[in-house]
Amino acid sequence: MFSAISEKSVAGCLTYLEAIREAQFRALTDDPRVFIYGQDIGNFGGAFKATKNLAAEFPGRVIDSPISEDAMVGLAVGAAIEGMRPIIEMQFADFSTVGFNQIVNQAATLFWRTNIPCPITIRLPCGGTSGSGPFHSQMLETIYAHYPGIVVMTPATVEDAYSMLLAAVAIDDPVIFCEHKLLYYHLKADKLPSEALPIGKARIAREGRDMTIVTYSAMVHEALAAADELASEGSEVEVVDLRTVKPLDTDTVMASVARTGRLLCVGEAWPWGGVTAEIIARVTSEGFGLLDAPPQRLNAKDTPVPSHPNLWAAHRPTARSIAAAARNVLRQ
Amino acid sequence: MIQTASKPQVGDDIASFRDNYLRAFRIMLLARAADDKFASLYRAGKIHGGVFLGRGQEAVSVSIGVALRKGDVFAPLIRDTAGRIAFNEPLLDMARTYLGSPLGPMRARDGNIHRGRPKDGQLPMISHLGAMIAVVNGILFARRLKGITNTVGVTCIGDGGTSTGAFHEALNQAAVEKLPLVLVIADNQYAYSTPTSRQFACKSLADRPAAYGVPVHVVDGTDLGACLKTLSKAVEQARAGHGPQVVVANLLRLCGHGEHDPANYIDEQLKNSPLGGDCIRLAEEKILQQHLANAGELMSWRNEAAQQIEEVVATVQREPAPDPFDEKWNALATEELVEGHETSD
Repeated sequence: MFSAISEKSVAGCLTYLEAIREAQFRALTDDPRVFIYGQDIGNFGGAFKATKNLAAEFPGRVIDSPISEDAMVGLAVGAAIEGMRPIIEMQFADFSTVGFNQIVNQAATLFWRTNIPCPITIRLPCGGTSGSGPFHSQMLETIYAHYPGIVVMTPATVEDAYSMLLAAVAIDDPVIFCEHKLLYYHLKADKLPSEALPIGKARIAREGRDMTIVTYSAMVHEALAAADELASEGSEVEVVDLRTVKPLDTDTVMASVARTGRLLCVGEAWPWGGVTAEIIARVTSEGFGLLDAPPQRLNAKDTPVPSHPNLWAAHRPTARSIAAAARNVLRQ
Repeated sequence: MIQTASKPQVGDDIASFRDNYLRAFRIMLLARAADDKFASLYRAGKIHGGVFLGRGQEAVSVSIGVALRKGDVFAPLIRDTAGRIAFNEPLLDMARTYLGSPLGPMRARDGNIHRGRPKDGQLPMISHLGAMIAVVNGILFARRLKGITNTVGVTCIGDGGTSTGAFHEALNQAAVEKLPLVLVIADNQYAYSTPTSRQFACKSLADRPAAYGVPVHVVDGTDLGACLKTLSKAVEQARAGHGPQVVVANLLRLCGHGEHDPANYIDEQLKNSPLGGDCIRLAEEKILQQHLANAGELMSWRNEAAQQIEEVVATVQREPAPDPFDEKWNALATEELVEGHETSD
């Protein structure tokens, strides 16, 4: 199987998952208003160990919840009204749909309705890993980005996982923090970052003059691997990492397309609507004249996420399928 | 675990908390006058959206506001005009939200019973039933983290709302965390048009909280004296650290779901049963019987209530309508994260 992550073992000792744990450690240390609430996150340290030792280090502030996603988010909203900055860990992004109502109707409407901010951070361990199947693999950034009143973050690097989670806690609005499970252990960095791009700004992950690939989260690494492959064929691909899908940094995307004239959007979410469709809609309506070829998009297949590795690898975009789609764009 | 309020003893019961009783009664008159006025405005086409009345539920609702103190939290449901007034919601907030004044707390962005001031402990409900319970839990939970004790949170739900997952998740959460929550269930026999027989198969709604280890107080919702006693006791228990409490008030909704609903599905037998009693009329009878006030005083209180509502409505009717060009159309508190926001760089 051709997977960018397994092939690219970055030097360093700090993983994406550890960066998330460290960001929570720092948020708890720096701000007495922060607490974490979720299933199995106390002494057990969470299903993925993203809160390892935090319950012991911050007694009474890292709290096990019942299996009640609706009530977990509802409690966070009440705590936010009371001036706290709760972090909710959903055990898997997929289970956040049980708390969907509280997220989109309670948290996301509170500021607009009452002028009282709702600073809650909801961590969604998202995305496919081999063998996880239909209910432990979903990418849900699109459905949350659809609702007004929510910021949706999709960090692709260890550094962003750390700095963006700290930013999420500091922001006065509900933040859906999509942390990709495939990046948890494989992605490594040497140290925690001391500075970061502002929230809402995309990053040029690789420069290139021939075409632009816009993507986010784990697909950034698949796209970079595809760009390596295309470079060996003589094509220079620019890769834009959106970092947040809402707000969506249209300016950076448009500027890149202005340089390259060609656009491929890649997302691990399902194809109907969504982030990739939104980018293409914006680029074609606001920058039609910049395009030298019809923009394309590549998403997961329009089925639930399959369990078996063979099927899963074919369901989501990979470096190989991205490279193939990019060649099509380059040929036109 | 299920406790039934003792029947008031004729003679000394009302006199023993006469002041509360009369204060509560006059708020009920005000709530009924407001309901009548907004129903009439609705029929005249002066209201954008629905009008939802608390007719028949004033006794249990007002008892909540009377039992609470400043600093407590109240998340009312749609039939809680009386409880809101008793918990010091300004009458102007009600009129401004019903009539869509931008000067109201919801600034014409939300309407009718969707109003509140979270910083004053008055939470504006969303329409999804059961969803406010966990929010009240969150406020109480946060206060405990901050070391604030001695406050209570109350929220209300109907018989139908007890079928939602949100109700069960949040009641269980309150029980696990031993939060000072009082959950008031107005069992008014119908959820919109659906009778309780299509809503639950347990014998009584009191069975549901009992399953979570939560004490239940059952009360005759048509009897103001009993409601005052029961709510006062439930709130006291929560405040004293005995964990969440549930009150089940048995009564009948004496109106449609909203003013658009003629409610011709309500069983005539129920209307003529004790459940169908009007808590305001019953309280009046008691007041006269116990010589707490005379018929003339009752009449003047009634007129005073109607006059007060007329004045508030007239004030709001002179206020400007919301202007879409003044609206910020911005759902985020963080302005620089709003898409299309102009930055200096």
